[in-house]
Amino acid sequence: MTDPVDILIIGSGASGAAFAWSMADTKMRIVCLEQGDWVKPTDYPANGRDWEARRYGDADIMANRRQLPADYPINDANSIVKIANFNAVGGGTVHYAAHFPRLHPSDFRVKSLDGVADDWPIDYAVLEPFFAQNDQMMGVAGLAGDPGFPPHTMPMPPVPLGRSGTRAGETMNRLGWHWWPSGAAIATVEHDGRAPCINLGHCLPGCAQGAKGSTDITYWPVAIRAGVELRTNCRVREITIGPDGMATGAIYYDRDGREVFQPAHVVVMAANGIGTPRLLLNSKSDCFPNGLANSSGLVGRNLMLHPWPIIHGWFDDEMDGQRGPLVSIWSKQFYETDPARDFVRGYMLQFGRGAGPVGEAMSGVEAGRIPWGAGHHAAMRRFANHRFHVGVACDDLPEAHNRITLDPVLKDAHGIPAPRIDYTMSDNTARMMEHGIARATEIMRAAGAHTIACSRDVLNYPGHLLGTARMGTDPARSVVNAWGRSHDVKNLFVIDGSVFVTGGGLNPTSTIQAIALYIADQMKQRLDTLFE
Amino acid sequence: MSKAAAPLPAWGDPILSDAEKRSLAALCARMIPASAEFKVPGADDALIQADIAKSLDRDAAAVHRALAQLERISGGSLADLDIEKQEESCATLRAEGGADLTALGRIILQCYYRDDRVMISLGMEPRPPFPKGHTLPQGDWALLDPVRKRGKIWREV
Repeated sequence: MTDPVDILIIGSGASGAAFAWSMADTKMRIVCLEQGDWVKPTDYPANGRDWEARRYGDADIMANRRQLPADYPINDANSIVKIANFNAVGGGTVHYAAHFPRLHPSDFRVKSLDGVADDWPIDYAVLEPFFAQNDQMMGVAGLAGDPGFPPHTMPMPPVPLGRSGTRAGETMNRLGWHWWPSGAAIATVEHDGRAPCINLGHCLPGCAQGAKGSTDITYWPVAIRAGVELRTNCRVREITIGPDGMATGAIYYDRDGREVFQPAHVVVMAANGIGTPRLLLNSKSDCFPNGLANSSGLVGRNLMLHPWPIIHGWFDDEMDGQRGPLVSIWSKQFYETDPARDFVRGYMLQFGRGAGPVGEAMSGVEAGRIPWGAGHHAAMRRFANHRFHVGVACDDLPEAHNRITLDPVLKDAHGIPAPRIDYTMSDNTARMMEHGIARATEIMRAAGAHTIACSRDVLNYPGHLLGTARMGTDPARSVVNAWGRSHDVKNLFVIDGSVFVTGGGLNPTSTIQAIALYIADQMKQRLDTLFE
Repeated sequence: MSKAAAPLPAWGDPILSDAEKRSLAALCARMIPASAEFKVPGADDALIQADIAKSLDRDAAAVHRALAQLERISGGSLADLDIEKQEESCATLRAEGGADLTALGRIILQCYYRDDRVMISLGMEPRPPFPKGHTLPQGDWALLDPVRKRGKIWREV
């Protein structure tokens, strides 16, 4: 057993890092347990000639493919959207595209506006100052004045339009549809000691330049300097409970496989939408036989994963290829509910650049665009560096049957039961997806694409893991309250994507971090009455 | 209670037999032949074959199975057949398909398209992205004027 700490955070990704940084000014003793390790920038694939191949190996976005020592298996056979995550200091922010939209004001009032799902117990205005704080810490580039969103400033100028963004923007103007340069947590100028982006074009498996805002290089260095202790290679097995029903700490395996009990006065879950419910469900006790904080039965339920078809177009003239950040421009044209459509809510269109030669060859050969044999080389030169794509980020509403449970057979390397995912797409989302595919195809045709491709079967796997311990005011219909405290265990908090009531139709990291900062602020304001 | 640190998973034998190497080279020659027009080697080039042989990694077991599938279709080594029969066997292999063949195909393409000669032929510098990076045109932000003119589209609450 080690000395007790005031706050024990589990997970060092988007939310855990932001929360730790915010709480550091209390001067309390704060420890964060992370099952992965630090990843050195020199280890990122962009440093080597095998930079593309490693995206399908040790730098894959899927833990089931990577199978690194820090990873745990996930049974996602019964889910159309597979699970992407990353287990290291910085978590998913190491492997994300750094797309940084915020949830819209309407996303917090889905029930009131559209009669579906539920309203959040908080709203956009509550989070607005924390969005701004987070934008500064993560280093967000973009252009102020987007008519598709409430006004706010951007710390840095936007990423370049490039050839693909220019072609897409011109096309959207002809169609009369909204578009705007994407907000991205990518330093476009020197920012807080971070060097600017040099268009490595390989953002997803880690930025060797350090221009992409992942929390290992944004929040953590500051939090550690302020006194927070970050312990790596520590995999938590369960949260422990005392006779009074309060959390007493956590049991974890350290880097040498030793079992350690870490006592804590407050336990904060920051393992995101799969890791957090998995750990809560694994923390069964006499007090909580169905898993911790689960009197509502909602831990693990209402999983939202964002079905995300991608429509690719190839053009006669050259596009950006693998050069430049993945993100380019976005469109909110179809984001808000339109009664004329056959679905409620909506989606954001996200315009991305192309692929490197390996990615182009693999997708081309597997789809039959690039043949084997004598015609291979000419076809490859027709497609390589000649495409851009549009992703349709669908708002999948919460449904109780979409859930995480503990797999009865599958276990991780420490014998801890692994998560099982059951996820299907609702009719509303399916109609939304088809609408988005049709609009994206229209864009590609208007842009002059000679070849257009889309898959409905193999969707993009964005790694957006939301809704599995949602917040609310009614303990029978939610897991945590409006400021992240468990209804059942008053010194247990959830601060990650699990608390989302609805998912919106966009990347959630900005909102996840704003929520973590908001909860930290609420806790600091309530220190004297935190457990009442 | 104490548990040992997590062991690395086993991904299969990372070594190809000589017979497998012969079949693989013959398959690669049919998949991506050399081209004088584009000044590129075929995927059966010795350097590329050596790269493939040391790159099986997580797909080692799948590669062995795919080559066994090819041997079954070919009635022995693909390399021992004449070109016409090789083409027939490759067509059958592609028609049968499967995850193992996909894995093998990916490794071949990953190694082929990082070869210096191939990258130069594609107009790329044979180097990793870092540290030199790339340049990208900034674009003209005046393109946004029509979007600004149309005004706000987000929904008030």
